[in-house]
Amino acid sequence: MDPRILQELRAITGDRGLITSPEQLKTYECDGLTNFRVLPDAVLLPSSTEEVQAIVRVCHNAGIPFVARGSGTGLSGGALPVKEGVVISTARMNRILEVDLPSARMIVEPGVINLEVTERVAANGFFYAPDPSSQSVCSIGGNVAENAGGAHCLKYGFTTTHVLGLEVVLPDGSLAHLGGKTLDAPGYDLTGVFVGSEGTLGIATKVILRIVKRPECIHTLLAAFGSTIEAGAAVSGIIGAGMLPAAIEMMDNLAIQAAEAAVHANYPNCGGLLLVELDGPTAEVEALMQQVDAICRKCGAKEIRVAQTDAERALVWKGRKAAFAAVGRISPNYIVQDGVIPRTALPRLMSEIERLGAEAGIRVANVFHAGDGNLHPLVLYDRRIEGQEHAAEVLANRILELCIEAGGSITGEHGVGEEKKMMMSKMFAEPDLETMQRVRCAFDPKQLANPTKVFPRPRLCGEQPGEYHPHPLELAGVAERF
Amino acid sequence: MTLADEANLFDVAKGGDGAKSAPSASPAGTEIGAANPWEKLRTVGTPDQWRDAGPKDNVAGVQPTIVFEPTNEVELAMVLRYADSAGLSVIPRGSGSKLGWGNPPIRADLVLSTVRLNRVIEHAWADLTVSVEAGCTIATLQDTLAQHGQRVAIDPLWPEHTTIGGLLSTNDSGTLRIRYGGLRDLIIGVTIALSDGTLASSGGKVVKNVAGYDLPKLVTGALGTLGVVTRAVFRLHPLPHNVRSFTFVTRDAADANRFVLAVQDSKLAHTGLQVRFNSGAQPEVDIRFDGTDAGLAAQTETLQKLATPAGESQSNEDVWHARQHLFGTAPFPPSLRYGVTSARPTASTPGDTTTPAQDSKSTAIAKFSVLPASIASTCEQLRGSTEPLNVHWSAVVQGTGLGWIRLGPANANDIRQLLQTLRSKLEPAGGSLVVQYRSSEIPEVEAWGNPGDALPLMLSVKQQFDARKTLNPGRFVGGI
Repeated sequence: MDPRILQELRAITGDRGLITSPEQLKTYECDGLTNFRVLPDAVLLPSSTEEVQAIVRVCHNAGIPFVARGSGTGLSGGALPVKEGVVISTARMNRILEVDLPSARMIVEPGVINLEVTERVAANGFFYAPDPSSQSVCSIGGNVAENAGGAHCLKYGFTTTHVLGLEVVLPDGSLAHLGGKTLDAPGYDLTGVFVGSEGTLGIATKVILRIVKRPECIHTLLAAFGSTIEAGAAVSGIIGAGMLPAAIEMMDNLAIQAAEAAVHANYPNCGGLLLVELDGPTAEVEALMQQVDAICRKCGAKEIRVAQTDAERALVWKGRKAAFAAVGRISPNYIVQDGVIPRTALPRLMSEIERLGAEAGIRVANVFHAGDGNLHPLVLYDRRIEGQEHAAEVLANRILELCIEAGGSITGEHGVGEEKKMMMSKMFAEPDLETMQRVRCAFDPKQLANPTKVFPRPRLCGEQPGEYHPHPLELAGVAERF
Repeated sequence: MTLADEANLFDVAKGGDGAKSAPSASPAGTEIGAANPWEKLRTVGTPDQWRDAGPKDNVAGVQPTIVFEPTNEVELAMVLRYADSAGLSVIPRGSGSKLGWGNPPIRADLVLSTVRLNRVIEHAWADLTVSVEAGCTIATLQDTLAQHGQRVAIDPLWPEHTTIGGLLSTNDSGTLRIRYGGLRDLIIGVTIALSDGTLASSGGKVVKNVAGYDLPKLVTGALGTLGVVTRAVFRLHPLPHNVRSFTFVTRDAADANRFVLAVQDSKLAHTGLQVRFNSGAQPEVDIRFDGTDAGLAAQTETLQKLATPAGESQSNEDVWHARQHLFGTAPFPPSLRYGVTSARPTASTPGDTTTPAQDSKSTAIAKFSVLPASIASTCEQLRGSTEPLNVHWSAVVQGTGLGWIRLGPANANDIRQLLQTLRSKLEPAGGSLVVQYRSSEIPEVEAWGNPGDALPLMLSVKQQFDARKTLNPGRFVGGI
């Protein structure tokens, strides 16, 4: 990096907020998806909105790409640095700025950890609903970028449901306030567009959150089935009966084994485990739990337990939330996949995954948010066995194609990032992607904010939409389209 | 859809299957001559889909020329593209029930009516989703969904008239919002036609999906200024088995607000919570529950344990139509909205000396948004400013802080003044006020208020989507 630019950046954050030594930079070379690694030229740790603005202005003037980073727990490579670019970490912007209990709002900085939001208001009977499995370490800024989900979004919605407004540093360094503490601010819903844009539209520096009153009672039912097909039938039965549980999770035998090995959640050893959580007024939950119990038994449940105390519930959830990491106990390497299907396609997809796995000689453990059709197949392999890694990758991609063919999505909560950008053309037609890119061009005409992510290829913002006009760079022979 | 596809696109619009080669008369690639742009447009579809616009088609006082009713989204996109390249402005329209919302258009040439795009495309009841065309009315959609005990959890104004496209474009929401969120929380996929003829889809058919930008949210509430919604996909909720509602008469606004906050702070799982204000009367709070018999009994008990205001009664479901009653019993026919066939209100014309009629029969309706804790102070403000002028007012405010106020009948200038005063009080506190109806005698009031420092970004988005300002020009915030 040009030493003069480095000097400008140092002047903004001071030495404490600038990392340039290769050893320290290595910490930032990847996020939770570790098979992609790029060493950034520098990492900046601003501690205020003004510092973020100043850094982004320097990048904008010098044409340096930047990647915002929260805790780096993302699973699609969204925070993967860009070559010859800088990483802007929001880790030091971690203050809770305002708690407004009567109106159930909080204003936080992006580096605040997801679980800290709930912890701050738990004593007042509130919680922050989006609960990705990494909630004890992941940041709100990262959640905003990825539109993070979690087990309870079946009932409570996603990050986007709970973000009412944002203060955003745009890719030219200017500041914009999107949405607000009140609902339906006049104008386009740019908050809705920004959430889930994976850092490609700017950097959020303040986030207005909606918090939710904790329900009177929460019961979690654990039902053991002979197979995931039986468990799937129970899910259909529950939804068909007109219930909207807070969460419905499913694990297959391999995932159960892994969770047992790792955290001893005391799960029954079975072919398909269902976890159904109902919350609300006690009388309502108790009445509905009886129905859930009956539906599960009718669908062949061999064993049913209901966790009622917080401690019992915590144990039940511990196994589920640890499932990704737990798979490390039963396989040296694995790919965490994230696909979505219409829920009714589940049995068909399960048999297909099983068939493909058997064909390729690769085991697949399955963990689902079964209520909303979000699958997390864990494709297990051993890198030391020649050809297995490749076969696993092929299988993981094939599973996503099956999701698309079933009318679903290539990602339910992990994001597109670096990992799945080439799959975008399989899910969307060219005009769809081109239309999304118009949004990007409106926010970031120079394409400096996380420029290589989400889309299979960048769109040159000088283009006139619709008709083909060669971009000035193309005419000058600097860039070409392919 | 790109320009290269246009030959096929034209073929489809003509009823061909698109796979055959384009007819030799295909206009693909040809720009439309300035001489008579309509001639070219009228090659799309059949003559019965075109008609000259009449007085009933006027848009907030501006008279359009022609109405086109596409029978499929390809026709819609094509006509839009032709209009755009000919420099004609386009007003997308569903039933027209809320066509008066927003500022009057700067121009209005073509009305693009979605009335024939009215199918429920797919109700995947077991997956709790529905895909529906833009011209389908809410009532028709809900009737279809009810066959499987489901609904889109939204209760907008005039469901028998309101179309999906109009609902999305105006982002109307009712009493269910407090439990199920607004349209932005229910829409999961959308297809839009852009003014250059591109047909683009975003989102999908599954509830959980983070692939690509969330364009369904971008077009929700955009008043048709970015593209024309041709179809949408929604997540569904089960219809409630039993519903029970209660009404409480409170002492005053502060008492009503306290009660609303107490309910919000309780463990109750209400599906509706609103305050009805009427100048001179005590505010009334309505609360609604649904669930099993056991659950309803328990919630009723919990509700009574809360420090409840004096008068309580089990109420009928009609109280939940209070917002619609504010507007009147039916959507205003277009001719009553801004005066019959008069030209656009001329407030912006320099040297204009027209003085509005000084009668006392004018009314206006505005939507406002405040924090739930500020409902009382807002209504006190309202009372304080209306009393000296002796202007009657009524309001319905949801527990979410979204409210609707009706001012009048009263003097037109007084109403205008009140709207501006209220807005100037709300905006600095982070709230907003949007004028949704005003009788024709009331001088023009900017409909939206101040969009803040995000306006430049909104203008860039508009520029990217509709560079020639073809769609609903001048109707949205900041002159968009």
